[in-house]
Amino acid sequence: MRLEILVRGHRVHAKAIMALIRVFSGHPVVDAVKLAFYRPGFYGGGPLTHEAMRGQSDWSVGERELMAAYVSKANECPFCVAAHSATSSMWYGDQTHVAATLTDVDAAPIDEPLRATLRMLGKLTEHNSVDTDDIRAVLDASVSPQQIKDALAVALAFNITDRLANAFDFTVASPDAMNAGARHLLKRGYR
Amino acid sequence: MVEIAQLHRELVARVLNGKGTAAPGLRRAAFDNAGLGEPIRTLVEKVANHAYRVTDDDVAAVRAAGLSEDQIFEIVVCAAVGQAERQYTSALAALASATGEAHER
Repeated sequence: MRLEILVRGHRVHAKAIMALIRVFSGHPVVDAVKLAFYRPGFYGGGPLTHEAMRGQSDWSVGERELMAAYVSKANECPFCVAAHSATSSMWYGDQTHVAATLTDVDAAPIDEPLRATLRMLGKLTEHNSVDTDDIRAVLDASVSPQQIKDALAVALAFNITDRLANAFDFTVASPDAMNAGARHLLKRGYR
Repeated sequence: MVEIAQLHRELVARVLNGKGTAAPGLRRAAFDNAGLGEPIRTLVEKVANHAYRVTDDDVAAVRAAGLSEDQIFEIVVCAAVGQAERQYTSALAALASATGEAHER
């Protein structure tokens, strides 16, 4: 973590909650949690991320977690790739198809609507914009306009989070700690 | 997901105009990735366009220029939220154009 305040600058209440998380999870608090608890009245990205990832949508939780991992890979964010690969894999009960999607989206064993959506999100993330033809390609794959909006909300949340994780230099925790985080994200979400 | 637009508006309003330690003009410039002098310009430009390239030295240079850790925290958040908003707005406009809907926002 590049800023000391994100490690030790929390208010007493936040410090107490993080101490409880350490005790009950049996793992060190991951850097994403330290960020979430630092001045939530300023940044406080939790509610937006929670709505994008857990709000009502025709996309499943596992599909949205895969989108989050895919966007994070396009942003070259190792922490978020690990966190959301673990969460998506846990939801699907299968590690291989998340890994296959991140390796080669064109060949991955996923449905065409999801594949077309991931391609568009990847382009948006890497090139900072998409055009009408990019969106038409997703609509042509039988993705509804509302599903596209929902996927764009996931990309919005992770295009913020990935930048913060990289700029503040989040440390990828042990696989056990990342899996504990994934269980928490499936149970409670992001609030 | 009707709430997304509102939650996004509130987030942008907080980071630009909420209680903070960096001047609102500086936060706005970081959000826009425009009109900044060195060394803040380099840090903000990296956060916006390739955050994985941010280094300890980039942050140290901004600290040496007199910014506090809270001010650095705020401008990094503004840079991240600003770039993500530009991407999001571009994609919503493309969606509106593809479906012939009026563009919200």
